[in-house]
Amino acid sequence: MSTNWAYNDNVKSHFQNPKNVWKEDPETYDADGKGEVGSPACGDMMLIMIKVNNSIITDFKWKTFGCASAIASTSALSEMVLKDGGMTLEEAYKITPEDIIKYLGGLPANKIHCSVLGDKALQAAIDDYFDKNKLANPLKKQDAEIICNCLNISEEDIRMEVLEGAVDFETLQQRTKISTVCGQCKDKAMEVHKKYADKYYSESIYKPE
Amino acid sequence: MRNVYLDNNATTPILPEVILAIEDMLMNYGNPSSMHETGRTVKEKISIATEQVASFFNGDVNDFIFTSCATESNNTILKSVLFQDYKFTPHVIVSNIEHPSVLNTAKFLEKNGVEVTYLPVNHLGLVEPADLKKVIKETTKLISIMTANNEIGTIQPIEELGKIALEKGIFFHTDAVQAAGMMHFDVKTLPISSASFSGHKMYVPKGIGLLYIKDISKAKKFITPLFHGGHQGSGLRAGTENTTGIVAYGAAAEYMNEHLDTEIKYLKKLRDSFEIKVKNEIDDIKIHAENSPRKVNTSNISFKYIEGESILLGLDMDGIKVSTGSACSTGSLDPSHVITAIDTDIEAAHGSIRFSFGRTNEEADIKYVVEKLAKVVSTLRQMSPLKKK
Repeated sequence: MSTNWAYNDNVKSHFQNPKNVWKEDPETYDADGKGEVGSPACGDMMLIMIKVNNSIITDFKWKTFGCASAIASTSALSEMVLKDGGMTLEEAYKITPEDIIKYLGGLPANKIHCSVLGDKALQAAIDDYFDKNKLANPLKKQDAEIICNCLNISEEDIRMEVLEGAVDFETLQQRTKISTVCGQCKDKAMEVHKKYADKYYSESIYKPE
Repeated sequence: MRNVYLDNNATTPILPEVILAIEDMLMNYGNPSSMHETGRTVKEKISIATEQVASFFNGDVNDFIFTSCATESNNTILKSVLFQDYKFTPHVIVSNIEHPSVLNTAKFLEKNGVEVTYLPVNHLGLVEPADLKKVIKETTKLISIMTANNEIGTIQPIEELGKIALEKGIFFHTDAVQAAGMMHFDVKTLPISSASFSGHKMYVPKGIGLLYIKDISKAKKFITPLFHGGHQGSGLRAGTENTTGIVAYGAAAEYMNEHLDTEIKYLKKLRDSFEIKVKNEIDDIKIHAENSPRKVNTSNISFKYIEGESILLGLDMDGIKVSTGSACSTGSLDPSHVITAIDTDIEAAHGSIRFSFGRTNEEADIKYVVEKLAKVVSTLRQMSPLKKK
């Protein structure tokens, strides 16, 4: 075991020999669904492309711009999804960042927020599959609009933080680091924070003693 | 596997001459403050080393104080502002591409009631003398601008900047850590009040730094020591001397005094040859501060479409050691403050790699590095969603 590498051996192996990566132009892959999250300004961006047959994901190809753990986590996700003939769309939709980290055998704490975007990209690819085929999407989460793309923070995440006491925007930033990477989402994030802060802490319903 | 160390701006390997000097010092355990022979022997060695250092930087031997590191040297000067009995809010100016040991100390001063201006650099990574003039106030008491930048290697116009400060009677400090052993740095002719240096950036082990203070007896009015205690360091740096470190520093200074021109020429040849080869072999790159006055050993390059940490770790697997300004490598989520200061393209900061050459590198390393680099970049670009065919 090489304890002196930046990540564990499993992560290293996925970084060195990534599985299911699409090395060509994405346009040349005939995808049933495509999902892309992140941006270059954030330092991480992932594209996931899937083929679907009878609600089962039969192929999964990806491209990632990011650090070694971002590359390894997308590779690991592709392996998880394609294992034993492929996951159902529903199973795949439920994969969380924690599942991917567990599969990789752990990541350093500061890498978790920024490098594990794969689950979001996969959900976007599945949503795209339903949209493309004009099918009703029974899986899509409501209120899960991503506000901060860099750190992958949704409106729902902000709502929960506000409920848990992030009364002002500074507290929200301390807890989540929202809008601290590329800063592009700051206006939108403040607006969403205000919406819930007003809703839960407006004077009419919440009066501090 | 070949081992190519290209991270000499982070730290340097030890000179063989320095290793010999250290071996000798390990047997000389005396305290230089002791009057007996064991102490006097070491005192003598320290005094020789101080002369070697003073001679290399061309300053008065009494004007050099040994510290534990350049961070300590920078802290000593900057924090002195806090202990002056000003009847007004003192003002301090630093550039916005300083090393954290200056930037974060400046932030600490701010917290303690000092007004601080963080002077931006132009697109070449340089502080414009005219900009400095504009921000100087009646209350400006200290200006601190680094001589050479650790990340992109830009060399500031210290002669002009220092002159502006000194003419107005303002204390002018420069963090010259990255200059030592990589360019001529003559403390006598430069218009500076003080300068910081670090042993381990010039082939000496970690744990020894240097603070040069011009005309130390006069400057003492402005400087308050961080450590109080014995009489060491001209009363500005108490604590038993790091005798081994000082003698090691002396040996490196002695070597450099003789070989500096050859070293500069050699490093420049390596760096330039590297950049030519990289340009030939790899498309879509940006060499930061390419046309600025630059440290001869430093090449900071952004590789489009890919991220720095993955390049660094890819090269590491081939035995090549570099550093990156990518956010992923720092523990914080912010990319390099230096690259973002000169380049509006945040992506460029995420994909930046610093190659810093040193005296142990060889021409044959260059060919190996460029070959491996081209391979790593091409593999990562194949994986990148940003690279369109």
